[in-house]
Amino acid sequence: MTTYESVLHPPAIIAELKKNNITHVVWLPDSETNFMYQLLNEEDSLDLVPVCREGETMAIAAGLWVGGKKPVVLIQNTGIFESGDSIRGLGLDINQPLVMLIGYRGWTRRGPTPDSAARYIEPILHTWGINCYLIETDDDADRISIACEEAERTQKPVGVLVGTEFGV
Amino acid sequence: MINNTDAVRLIDSKREDSVIVPTMNANNVGFGLPSVSTNQSLDLPLSGAMGKASNLGLGIALAQPGRKVMVLDGDGSLLMNLGAMVTSANKAPTNFYHFLFNNKVYAVTGGQPIPGSDCQDWEGMARAAGYAAVFSYDNLEDFTTGIDEVLAAAGPVFVHLAIEPQIENTPVQFRPRAQRTVKMAFDEVPAALGVSSG
Repeated sequence: MTTYESVLHPPAIIAELKKNNITHVVWLPDSETNFMYQLLNEEDSLDLVPVCREGETMAIAAGLWVGGKKPVVLIQNTGIFESGDSIRGLGLDINQPLVMLIGYRGWTRRGPTPDSAARYIEPILHTWGINCYLIETDDDADRISIACEEAERTQKPVGVLVGTEFGV
Repeated sequence: MINNTDAVRLIDSKREDSVIVPTMNANNVGFGLPSVSTNQSLDLPLSGAMGKASNLGLGIALAQPGRKVMVLDGDGSLLMNLGAMVTSANKAPTNFYHFLFNNKVYAVTGGQPIPGSDCQDWEGMARAAGYAAVFSYDNLEDFTTGIDEVLAAAGPVFVHLAIEPQIENTPVQFRPRAQRTVKMAFDEVPAALGVSSG
């Protein structure tokens, strides 16, 4: 019998970003990403671009992409709600192949969630026609590669919902 | 105050191989950069996602550190995304030049006043945000004399320009539309930069 450790470790995410030649992580931290922040700061191949508000991330990513780089954004689902006009104008309208790593605040497999941030995020993404993948453990991390391939093939944003807290 | 077209014409005349990101009145088809540009292939206009022009320019500046990026912003736009000043200053790209076209009104919606337009201290806000150099001009003669010093300074640079408001009251559907759309610009600029994305 195979036993799975139900934890998502930041190194698994970093490895996926490096495997897909990501150059920049444009981000605003959420409550679950401090371990990720420490690792990103130590990773020379990834340039961290901190922002003050989540809607900035798609615009900065658009500039990086036009300039020949390959960014991702890393924000919480609450930040997606704030970012609507950026996703429209600088994601969908310009066909930016952007992978958005989205902290899935409130997500649970154990019954209904009281957190509206979790209840609304997938319907909102689907309304925009943005496909998304869920990652909860290290075993799921390769879905980032699937998202990167899909973003390039379809020339549009793709979401990756991070459904668990990062482990140490 | 400085005429909008005079301002964009002067900036364009000093652009060399810079990318210019204009928005709002600086991007007006009739009297903004599109009406005077000498290198449209390196113009990246932003007419949607209001307030995000400096973010877009920051991304290009980080991706292309050997090339100047000039953002032509509006006061109403920047107020929608004031934290962007801190975001830009924090990454501190030396090739980033942020021009603020301050006309104190929402000119494209009929000229309604910008909140707090009589008491804003844009130079002070830029210094407090951490820009490496800050300039301010309220007449074309001084701006013409000073622009070489502006562009010789290491960024991030903030340039406040007192601009004459040119107000539009024509309904949007009856205004002249840009022949070169934002999407077309996003397709063309990477090629002009010699990169494969876009």
